[in-house]
Amino acid sequence: MWPPEVATNPFPVHRKIKMYTKKSTPWLYLAPALTLLGFFLVYPSFHTLYLSFFDKGSNAFVGAGNYIYAFTNRVMLTAFRNNALWVVVFSAITVFLGLVLAVLLDRVRYEVIIKSIIFMPMAISFVGASVIWKFVYAFRPAGAPQIGTLNALLQRFHLPPVAWLIERPWVNNLCLILVGVWVWTGFCLVVLSASYKSIPRQLLEAARVDGASEWRIFWRVILPLLVPTVTVLTTTMAVFVLKVFDIIYVMTNGNFGTEVIANRMYKEMFQFGNFGRSSAIAVVLLVLVLPMMFLNMHRFKREEK
Amino acid sequence: MSKKLIFFLVLVLLTGAFCTAAFAQKTVTVLGTWGGAERDAFMKMLEPFEAATGIKVEFTGTRDLPTILTTRVAAGNPPDVSAIPNPGQMQEFAEVGALVDLSEFMDIGKLQDEYSQTWIDLGSYGGKLYSIFISADLKSLVWYNIEAFASAGYQIPETWDELMTLSDKMVAQGKTPWSIGLESGAASGWPGTDWIEDIMLRIAKPEVYDKWASHEISWTDSAVKRAWEIFGDIARSDKYVYGGAATALTTNFGDAPGVLFTSPPRAYMHKQATFIKSFILNYDPTLKPGEDFSFFPFPSIDPEYGTPALGGADMFAVFNNTPEAQAFMRYLATAGAQEIWIVQLGKLSTNRRVNPNVYPDDLTRKAAEILASAQTFRFDGSDLMPAAVGSGSFWSGILDYVGGEDLDSVLKRIEETAVDAYKK
Repeated sequence: MWPPEVATNPFPVHRKIKMYTKKSTPWLYLAPALTLLGFFLVYPSFHTLYLSFFDKGSNAFVGAGNYIYAFTNRVMLTAFRNNALWVVVFSAITVFLGLVLAVLLDRVRYEVIIKSIIFMPMAISFVGASVIWKFVYAFRPAGAPQIGTLNALLQRFHLPPVAWLIERPWVNNLCLILVGVWVWTGFCLVVLSASYKSIPRQLLEAARVDGASEWRIFWRVILPLLVPTVTVLTTTMAVFVLKVFDIIYVMTNGNFGTEVIANRMYKEMFQFGNFGRSSAIAVVLLVLVLPMMFLNMHRFKREEK
Repeated sequence: MSKKLIFFLVLVLLTGAFCTAAFAQKTVTVLGTWGGAERDAFMKMLEPFEAATGIKVEFTGTRDLPTILTTRVAAGNPPDVSAIPNPGQMQEFAEVGALVDLSEFMDIGKLQDEYSQTWIDLGSYGGKLYSIFISADLKSLVWYNIEAFASAGYQIPETWDELMTLSDKMVAQGKTPWSIGLESGAASGWPGTDWIEDIMLRIAKPEVYDKWASHEISWTDSAVKRAWEIFGDIARSDKYVYGGAATALTTNFGDAPGVLFTSPPRAYMHKQATFIKSFILNYDPTLKPGEDFSFFPFPSIDPEYGTPALGGADMFAVFNNTPEAQAFMRYLATAGAQEIWIVQLGKLSTNRRVNPNVYPDDLTRKAAEILASAQTFRFDGSDLMPAAVGSGSFWSGILDYVGGEDLDSVLKRIEETAVDAYKK
């Protein structure tokens, strides 16, 4: 190795320093973090699990009753379907758009400005974004002046207005997902762009010298090098979107077949006061998120090695 | 630690405690739903109380009252006095012993003298009076644009047949009779429940209504089903409702009456409670209540049951039995306090002693008369049901039904949640 280690190391190897290291020392350093995590994360998780086996007011043991409800109730089944839709469509579109934009914007002079604009919605809370998009999707009957952006456009071309948030089952769900995409594409773009820029230019030039088309370079050189980032990003998006709540709560409150698991959990807890059911739903949500968390952690560990 | 230091610390603590005790003002914590104009009116009502007693009222207003109140009671940290969202919730609190029996410090005889039995019953649970009402809203009203009605030569319908004949006449003239708005954020659907409740009271005995609210009859019962069908005949019809079902589902309840005042009017009638007056005035502040717009009672359907009144009301209960809370509650029950509150908002009085002259306009006075003279008065049914039904499946059922879903499956689903929710 160069420069040689001896030259840079102020403490020559032979001079051993005596340190007070007991077995308990690392635990002492970890203690504050572990206490906080234990109190605010581990304890509530196990308490939630415990509550999920009890009734509405946490008095009587009901066995698996709340879980049976969570997996058989009609609204819950709709919620599972919608969460699956969110995970697939949202993760796919945000990462795909992020990737395409990262590669294409690299060739544009005003890259920074465009990236900033696309990233900007990240600065808005989900609730704020939902309120904005509620105006975009606003519906007035045909003949009345349209106040919603989309329906005003349709009106401009003499097309009948569409009740975007009512049309079930696909239009309204996709309209809601679009709000999430609008907010999160910028994040995917920035992460992928950084990763793309770290690819040594020589590799791309070598490919070009060898006569590869740009399309071929993307598929054979760029994409394989970005796969780790894309995977981490996709799983992160999927974990994040499994917990989606704000958009649904503000825009439709789960009506018209747009219910999601987290909104159902909120309703059972805060509107219906059913501790048992909402705990059971929370546990189901946690279990759904776990595999993806493990996948991510597994990857991180491998990369560290 | 040195003894001196300990002595010093104790001294500081004692001084601190003494100062707090000496300068602490007597306070009463109050929780309510009000914000904006309602909050201002409430604060105005508090002024004479604070001035006379020297007790400071610490008021917190939250639109999320049911959640906050339930959480605070469960955490053992309730406010001293709180507004209660509805009688159903009051009963739940009374059942777990969270409320203070008002007879412990209030003159029940005097209250019975000032309030009609209906209000006493609604505020009681298990034979004990737990809450008092400070004002009410009347829901069984149909609002209309006076000039639009006059220029088209329409008569105020007094029976359901007249109402439907008028509606058909409007349709034949290429007009739209009704404006309906069911959107209300996380509470979407509730305006439809008022329709069902008002219709229920007009096609069946009040006892049937009570049984329905307490789930002694099923949601698939023929009377309940008929009420939904009558509602659906109007709400699901593109010719009767402005913009059809899609508009009813996407229009906010507060925006819905606006189309009565466009030129030409896009719709002619709007069913809503007394409070909608402030929304109409917000839409167009130049409109004069009673001159430009007015209301008529939601007409009788079956003559046998007359024209009952459906309403909501603002109720208060005591959670902590402190002398300050007692004084505050005694004050709230007085006609004097309620007059201040009612005048500001155009709400209706529940207390017989309140002077009718304090109402801000004839329209409000008229609503108060309808409320006072109604042979049958019933509290908003959805407010009496467990939340999973009354603010859960009933609301979403309205949206599903208006959205075109088959009535039997909607009612079956509400019944399923009801069977589950009413279980003790």
